[in-house]
Amino acid sequence: MSWIQNLFRASPVKPMQEHMRASLACAGKVTELFEAMSSGDRQAISRVRAEIDTLEHEADRIKNEIRANLPGRLLLAMERRDMLEILNAQDDIADTAQDIAGLADQRAMVLPESLRDPMNLLVQRVLAACEQAERVIGALDELVETGFRGREAARVEEMIDSLGRIETETDHLAETVTRKVFELESELGVGTVYWWHMIGWVADLADAAERVGNRLRLLIAS
Amino acid sequence: MTPGSRWLCEIRRMPEFLSSTPLPILLAAGLAFYMAWAIGANDVANAMGTSVGSGALTIRGAILVAGVLEFSGAFLAGGHVTDTVRKGILDASAFADDPDLLVYGMLASLAAAGTWLLIASRAGWPVSTTHSIVGAIVGFGAVGVGVDAVAWGKVGAIVASWVTSPLIAGTLAFLVFRVVRRTILDREDPIVRARRIGPAFVFVVVFTLSLVTVFKGLKNVTWLDLGFGQALLVAFGLGVAGAFIGRIILQRVRVPEGDVRQQYRQVESIFAVLQIMTAMAVAFAHGSNDVANAIGPFAAVLKGASADLATKAEVAPWMLAIGGIGIVLGLATYGYRVMETVGKKITELTPSRGFAAELAAALTIVIASRLGIPVSTTHTLVGAVLGVGLARGIGALDLRVVGSIAVSWVVTLPTGAALSVFFFYFFKGLLSD
Repeated sequence: MSWIQNLFRASPVKPMQEHMRASLACAGKVTELFEAMSSGDRQAISRVRAEIDTLEHEADRIKNEIRANLPGRLLLAMERRDMLEILNAQDDIADTAQDIAGLADQRAMVLPESLRDPMNLLVQRVLAACEQAERVIGALDELVETGFRGREAARVEEMIDSLGRIETETDHLAETVTRKVFELESELGVGTVYWWHMIGWVADLADAAERVGNRLRLLIAS
Repeated sequence: MTPGSRWLCEIRRMPEFLSSTPLPILLAAGLAFYMAWAIGANDVANAMGTSVGSGALTIRGAILVAGVLEFSGAFLAGGHVTDTVRKGILDASAFADDPDLLVYGMLASLAAAGTWLLIASRAGWPVSTTHSIVGAIVGFGAVGVGVDAVAWGKVGAIVASWVTSPLIAGTLAFLVFRVVRRTILDREDPIVRARRIGPAFVFVVVFTLSLVTVFKGLKNVTWLDLGFGQALLVAFGLGVAGAFIGRIILQRVRVPEGDVRQQYRQVESIFAVLQIMTAMAVAFAHGSNDVANAIGPFAAVLKGASADLATKAEVAPWMLAIGGIGIVLGLATYGYRVMETVGKKITELTPSRGFAAELAAALTIVIASRLGIPVSTTHTLVGAVLGVGLARGIGALDLRVVGSIAVSWVVTLPTGAALSVFFFYFFKGLLSD
C-alpha cells in the first residue's frame, strides 16, 4: 500500500533511556543492600539480591532489544558505535550491582560498625554518580532535538563535567574506606580480601557512570 | 436556462454522448481517471502523511488541505509536465503518417501503467506513477513504432532528473534543517526566535511557489500573462502577504510556560503551523507534477482520435480539471485510510524536521514541474527526508527503503515498457480496421 512509512524506524533514544533507568534501579538497590548488611539481616540481604537479579534481567532484556533493533542499515542521529558503547557502560552498572549483591549474599557479609559511616558515604556518592548519568541520558531526546549543538549541548556537557567531579570524589572516598579496611585487617581476617573486592566493585559503579557521560561527550563532539 | 436545468439536460444526453464518442476516447478517459484516482489514493498520502504523523494536521484537515491544493496545483500549474508527457517524450514526426499509432500507444501506456500500479501497490512495492508512465511511453514508442520515434535526448534528461531531484531535495533539506537549527533550535530563546524567523520561511515558500506558478505558468488564466519582472513583483507581494499572515498566526499560537526542557516541545508547536504551510506547498507541487501522468496520455489520445471534436488548446483546462477531480476523489475515497496508517507510523518526524523536508521537496518538485520535467514526488520527498537524517535530525531511518527504491526503479521501467508493448498490439488489433 504505502511504503514511505517503512523509511522511519523507532528512535533508539527512548529504549536507551529506559535501559539507563533500569540500570539505575539496580544501583539504587545497593543502598538497601548495605543497610541490610549493616543490620546483619541475612534474609534481607537475600531478598534485596533477588530484587537486584530481577531488575538486572529487565535491563538485559531492554539491552538485547536495543541491539536487535540496531541493524547496520539504519541512518541514525547518533553514531551507532558510540551508542553501543554507551549501552555497554550502562549495562556495566547493572552487572556490577548484581556482582556486589551476589558476593554479599553468598558470603552473608556483615558490615562492621567502624566501616559503616565511610562505606555508606561512598555508596551514597556512587549512587549520586549513577543518578547524574541517568540525568545525562535523560537529556538525549533534547540533544537529538537540537542536533547535538548549541545551548542544550553545552548544558549536557556541564552535567557531564559534574559527573566527572562526583566520580573523582568517589575515588577519594573509596581510598578512605580501603585504608580503613586494611587498618582492621587483624579483626576482619580473610574477610579483608572480600571487603577490598567489594569496595572496588562499588567504585566501579561510579566508573561505569562516568564512562556513560564520557561516551556521550564524544558523541556530542563528533 | 438555469445552471441546474442545463446540467439535467447534459445528463439526459449522456447515452447519446457515449454512443457518439469514439471507443479509444472512452477507454482513455476511463484509464486516465483510474490513474488520477490511484495518484490521489496513494501518492497524496505519502506527501501529506508526514504532516499527519507529526501532529501538525488532523486527517480531516489534511484531506481538506490536500484536496484544495492538489486541485489548484493540477489546474493552475499542471500544464507544463502534461505537455512533456503528451508530446515531449516522443518524436512527433514519427507519427505524422499514421496518427492512430499514437492513440493506440498512449492508450497502451495508460493501461500498462495502471496495471503495473495495481500489481505493485498490492504487493507493497515502492513504485512511482511517473516512472511507470514514462517507461510505458518509451516502451511502445521504441518497440511498437520504432527506435527513432523516441526523443531519446528528452528521455535521458527525464531519467537523469530522477537521480538529481532526490539529490537536490536532499541537499536543500540538509541546508534548511541546518538553518533551522542554527537560527532557532540552538538559541537561548528558541520560542522567540521561532516566532521571529517563521514568517521569513513563509516568505520563501510563498514567493517561490508564486513565482513558479505565475511566471507564464498560469496557462489557464489567459488574461494573466506576466513577464519575468511583473511575475517577480507579484510573487514578492504575495510572499510578503504570506509572511504577514504567518506572523499573525505565529503570534497567536499559544505557548504554555514551562522549563527549559519543555521549550522544545513548544517550539515544535510553532513549527506545526509552519509545517501546515509546507504541506500545502507539497500538495500544490504534487498536483502540478503528477496530474500529467494521467492527463498527458489522455490528452494525446483525445487530440489524435477526435478530428471532429477539434480541441483548440493543446491541453485544455477542463482536462486538467478532470485530472484534479480524479486525484481529489482518490484522496476522499481511499487516501484517508492510507494516510491514517502512514500518519501513525511517521511519528518520529517532528514538525521542525517535517518542515525542512517538505520545504525542500516542494521547492524541488515545483521547479521541476515548471521546467516540464516529470519527477517522482514521493522519491523526491524520500530524498528530502534523508537529507534531514544526514543532518542528524531524525532518530532512525531505514536505508533499506532507499535500496528498494533503486530496485523498483530498475524493475518499473522495463516492466512498464513491456506491458505497454503488449497493450499496444492489443489495442492496435482491437481498434484498427
